[in-house]
Amino acid sequence: MKILVPVKRVIDYNVKPRVKADGTGVDLANVKMSMNPFDEIAVEEAIRLKEKGAGTEIVAVSIGPAKAQETLRTALAMGADRAILVETEEEVEPLAVAKILKAIADEEQPGLVILGKQSISDDSNQTGQMLAALMGRPQGTFANTVEVDGDSVVVKREVDGGLQTVKLALPAIVTTDLRLNEPRYASLPNIMKAKQKPLATKTAADYGVDLTPRLKTLKVTEPAVRQAGVKVADVAELVEKIKALGIA
Amino acid sequence: MKTLVLVEHDNTKVQDATLAVVTAASKLGEVHLLVAGHNCGAVAEAAARIAGVGKVHVADDAAYANGLAENVAPLAAALMADHDAFLAPATTQGKNVAPRVAAHLDVMQISEILSVEGPKTFTRPIYAGNAIATVESTDAKLVITVRGTAFEKAATEGGSGTIEAVSGPGDAGTSSFVSSEIAKSERPELTSAKVIVSGGRALKDAETFEATITPLADKLGAAIGASRAAVDAGYVPNDYQVGQTGKIVAPEVYFAIGISGAIQHLAGMKDSKVIIAINKDEDAPIFQVADVGLVTDLFTAVPELTAAL
Repeated sequence: MKILVPVKRVIDYNVKPRVKADGTGVDLANVKMSMNPFDEIAVEEAIRLKEKGAGTEIVAVSIGPAKAQETLRTALAMGADRAILVETEEEVEPLAVAKILKAIADEEQPGLVILGKQSISDDSNQTGQMLAALMGRPQGTFANTVEVDGDSVVVKREVDGGLQTVKLALPAIVTTDLRLNEPRYASLPNIMKAKQKPLATKTAADYGVDLTPRLKTLKVTEPAVRQAGVKVADVAELVEKIKALGIA
Repeated sequence: MKTLVLVEHDNTKVQDATLAVVTAASKLGEVHLLVAGHNCGAVAEAAARIAGVGKVHVADDAAYANGLAENVAPLAAALMADHDAFLAPATTQGKNVAPRVAAHLDVMQISEILSVEGPKTFTRPIYAGNAIATVESTDAKLVITVRGTAFEKAATEGGSGTIEAVSGPGDAGTSSFVSSEIAKSERPELTSAKVIVSGGRALKDAETFEATITPLADKLGAAIGASRAAVDAGYVPNDYQVGQTGKIVAPEVYFAIGISGAIQHLAGMKDSKVIIAINKDEDAPIFQVADVGLVTDLFTAVPELTAAL
């Protein structure tokens, strides 16, 4: 079974994003970029399924600028077998990403597509579900555990209030939550080997997908800043403050 | 504009998350509800009583019993022929279903809106709430998820909606529900609690967390939350996590105990009315957002506080 793993290049999760002074977006110039953390978990899960014998080949895909090659090389160094870059300098919305991935899935015929549940840039949390709808296939979102069982996959999902387990017929789409696994670091020899692995470059036009955004961003602003309050000296003073709030 | 709101429920009662979505939908136009479930008559009746509700579409079928997105999304998409906007709460259930509806309709979804600025214009958080984007949709129809803490809850009584049975395509046949492990608790739900007591990594282990945080929460009738660090360390289950990747909360009073205040955590609780922080590190970022801070050892302060309240 082939596994398709889409990955996105985003601002590194340790970097505090800054809004541009002209309010058009977040400043990405000279900012450290990395693979979206949820996508790293997706790559790791695909590798573990392959190691267990449930997967045969792992194809990593990224839709983004030429530099997204670095993100794909990271996926290859972790253990993906080959990569496809759909190159565009435009920002691509989840709906268009899902359409490109659908076209790639039609060509590649994966048994599983594993994606991060959301990117830490636009926080949309849509692409996996949209892809599943476009493919007419089932989805296991916010996965905590993934087990392939013959021609189906059992996914334990993190839901409000606890966990839910669903059984999906393959091919299926899985989106990862934080606790699915801890992604490995690529070793130096594997980083070197990854440079030799195949990486194909395509365009959205190759897949007949129109990237025109459906949402217009009118402005991007800083959130309201919360002011620091007072520090109290001891528990007795804290008790007074709490009693004044009327909750105890 | 006619809106269709996905009602979140457990086949017996309407979950609170729905109420904020009704308020958001009422800013756009007429509010219709969709109750997709099984043996869910009581839910439909309760939904019809929510203030401001016009029509309640009820699809009662075993295929909808567990809210599987594969089955619910085509039903919702079909009903959208007569509606202009689909709204769902930004809960795990809403997030699971709404993008699937959007894809069926060829619409780009607007996730986790914070405000309605115009008929097609909304604000939403990006970069874990470090920036707020104002976006305008150019699609013919709207698909939206609503952040519950950003809108007032509609009243649960006062409405007189009409209930109408609808049927959809039923079971898509590709997915099935196996089981759920939902923690039963006497405590208020995290996302609707008036008071939340949250603990962080400083609580050491599951036993210490329980022994320190629970008595204070009991005293205050509060929900219990935790930072990602505390959840990852296994002190408490996943669904306790407050933060960008966990639950977004905005209670009247939020206690952050032994929580340093990573951006990730702040994104999930910074809209709380009053934040009270106890931490022994006076430079902890949590103190930059706390209304009341106490720099001290939590293991002596929290029991002392619990006893004094």
